[in-house]
Amino acid sequence: MEHSLLTVAAFAALGAGTAMIAGIGAGVGQGYAAGKAVEAVSRQPEARGQIIQTMLLGQAVAETTGIYALVIAFILIGIVNSVM
Amino acid sequence: MDDIFQGPAEIFRIFGIPITESIVNSWIVMALLIVLALALRRNLETYPGRVQNVLELIVDGFNNLVKTTMGSNRIGFMPYMLTLFLFIAISNMLGLVGLRPPTADINITLGLALLTFLAIHFYGFRIKGFRYILSFTEPFFPVLPLNIIGELAKPVSLSFRLFGNILGGAVLMAMIGGAIAIFVPVFPGLYFELFAGLLQSFIFVMLTMVFITLAIE
Repeated sequence: MEHSLLTVAAFAALGAGTAMIAGIGAGVGQGYAAGKAVEAVSRQPEARGQIIQTMLLGQAVAETTGIYALVIAFILIGIVNSVM
Repeated sequence: MDDIFQGPAEIFRIFGIPITESIVNSWIVMALLIVLALALRRNLETYPGRVQNVLELIVDGFNNLVKTTMGSNRIGFMPYMLTLFLFIAISNMLGLVGLRPPTADINITLGLALLTFLAIHFYGFRIKGFRYILSFTEPFFPVLPLNIIGELAKPVSLSFRLFGNILGGAVLMAMIGGAIAIFVPVFPGLYFELFAGLLQSFIFVMLTMVFITLAIE
């Protein structure tokens, strides 16, 4: 019994680490949005404020999948904490 | 670090309902906002002093933001949006004074997101009437379940975005504070508490405005 609980904790910890692979997607998406925003600012410097506002909004939406992964990782770490 | 992972501590119970640290801290934020509002509205003048200048800057900026996002005839949404922004921003920054941010609790962020959800459908139905229900079957009828799932996903994604960001920042701050307790946590604190806190509250308010505008146009 003790052995299987430890196995559960080990796999939960592994799962928490693996879940954060989703961070790659969020990072690529945010970087792409930032790059396009730089292009837009260099083409139209007078619209800078508006572009930055739109970029931040788009990046926040792109970040959502990464945040879901973070929440799942927190839940798994909670399992590890309750077992140990 | 442990107390962040353990979740908000239960402080006392009223009629069997647990009152947690998050609720008490959100009361602190509300009290702060109410007291500030009552104190600062006393000495308003035609030629503003220093404090009034800052207030007028905030109110003016939000007026312009609501005008450009929702249209100039929907300025009536501005007080709710500014209150929402101030509440979330001050909640996020409570970590600076060592209190647990109320927005690092899924119950509070889900409550805020459900307010947005209710506002979207209330105003959509009030302004468009029966046509609003029909708009769920656009572009053609078989996509109705997809549209409904999409609508239900809005409060979930709104609440989890705020919750995950603030809890993630709080955990990272606790880890940095656990490693080096003196002086060093100030600099990541500037990013995680101030910048990310203001940004996330701005994004919550922006998305609320965009969703409501989409529903009523």
